[in-house]
Amino acid sequence: MNEALDSTGGAVPGQRFPRQDAGGCGPDDRVPEGVMLTTVERLYNWGRKNSVWPLQFGLACCAIEMIAASMARFDMARFGAEVFRPSPRQADLMIVSGTVTKKMAPQVVRLYNQMPEPRYVIAMGACAICGGPFRDGYNVLPGIDLYIPVDVYIPGCPPRPEALLEGLIALQKKIAGQPLTGAGRPRHLDADAPGAFPVPEYGAHDLVGPQLPAAPDA
Amino acid sequence: MQTLEQIKDRIAAALPGARLAVIANASPAGQPSLLLDHEHALEAARFLRDAPELRFDYASNATGVDWPERTVKERVKVKKMIDGVEKETEELAERKIPGCLEAVYHLYSMELGHGPLIIRLRTGNRTDRVTLPSLTPVWRSCEFQEREIFDLFGIVFEGHPDLRRILMWDGFEDHPMRKDYAPAASGEAKA
Ligand code: SF4
Ligand code: SF4
Repeated sequence: MNEALDSTGGAVPGQRFPRQDAGGCGPDDRVPEGVMLTTVERLYNWGRKNSVWPLQFGLACCAIEMIAASMARFDMARFGAEVFRPSPRQADLMIVSGTVTKKMAPQVVRLYNQMPEPRYVIAMGACAICGGPFRDGYNVLPGIDLYIPVDVYIPGCPPRPEALLEGLIALQKKIAGQPLTGAGRPRHLDADAPGAFPVPEYGAHDLVGPQLPAAPDA
Repeated sequence: MQTLEQIKDRIAAALPGARLAVIANASPAGQPSLLLDHEHALEAARFLRDAPELRFDYASNATGVDWPERTVKERVKVKKMIDGVEKETEELAERKIPGCLEAVYHLYSMELGHGPLIIRLRTGNRTDRVTLPSLTPVWRSCEFQEREIFDLFGIVFEGHPDLRRILMWDGFEDHPMRKDYAPAASGEAKA
């Protein structure tokens, strides 16, 4: 809001915002001092959505695009999500970027369980969504949402970095729109929401263990 | 490089009693290969690696093949009495070819710059006689690849230093690259 001031601190003629000493005492008059009116919910969500730290791991070719998205050209830092954390304890977002093999699936679920709430999941690419081109393979999980809840699905094989940024923006919108009370509140504010999800176990022919119910069609 | 027949003769001369066969390849690749017997495979492999004019010092690839039991229809000549006269006619006959598992190795010589030489080993069947001698003691590069063959085809390599599954988890019971493998229907509920 300092644009309304010239370099000497004087009011720029014709600009809307008067200087602090220019008189006036209503709420609008105090805007130049940095006073804003908002709700706790909006402020809280504004902070959350602009500091989404992803967990640093990649599973296959899609991860290469994720890496590109985080580098200078596409620069995920513009959306506050460049701080890839090597520990699930410090991460808010799991980007499942690539093919999840059945052998890898228990580890992915375990990492998710180790992330503190509030936490979110992006399924990046056809493989993470449904197994992709390897869906019928003997060792490929047909979608990570069998075991953990997915917030944003990004189709593509692989999705380009722009698509990942688009997905991140979609996630930010979702976070910004979450009420802090009542139905639809984030899981960390809902004492009844599940904290840990069942980790699948290696069976004789396939993974065994409970799976999540199918997501309702959007 | 010497021809496959020459190499076969050299092995036969060095290892009396070894049963060797040249397997023709009718495909456009036209690469014939050499089938070794179980008892002499390890010695033959050592010979291929060490003989000064062969020196196959590098096994670039080891892989498996599943041959399920199959029936082929062939025309066979049979003698038949037709109207009291013996005549030779052709008839369609079915012949069963028993199934087996196969390990295939591609060998090169780094020292002499020749190859590939393709050698094969075959199991007795696909169920209970699935043991083959491991060639890892001769070519260390076969270690992981024989583990992969063990994992995906179910060939048991005797003499392998560390025969465990490599892609699938311990406790998995199937061999996914076998032709009769039916994948588990994981995520069926979702579909
Ligand atoms: S991208 Fe292609 S060339 Fe590169 S490591 Fe993967 S398979 Fe090999
Ligand atoms: S969706 Fe395509 S690009 Fe992404 S991991 Fe799967 S195969 Fe690779």
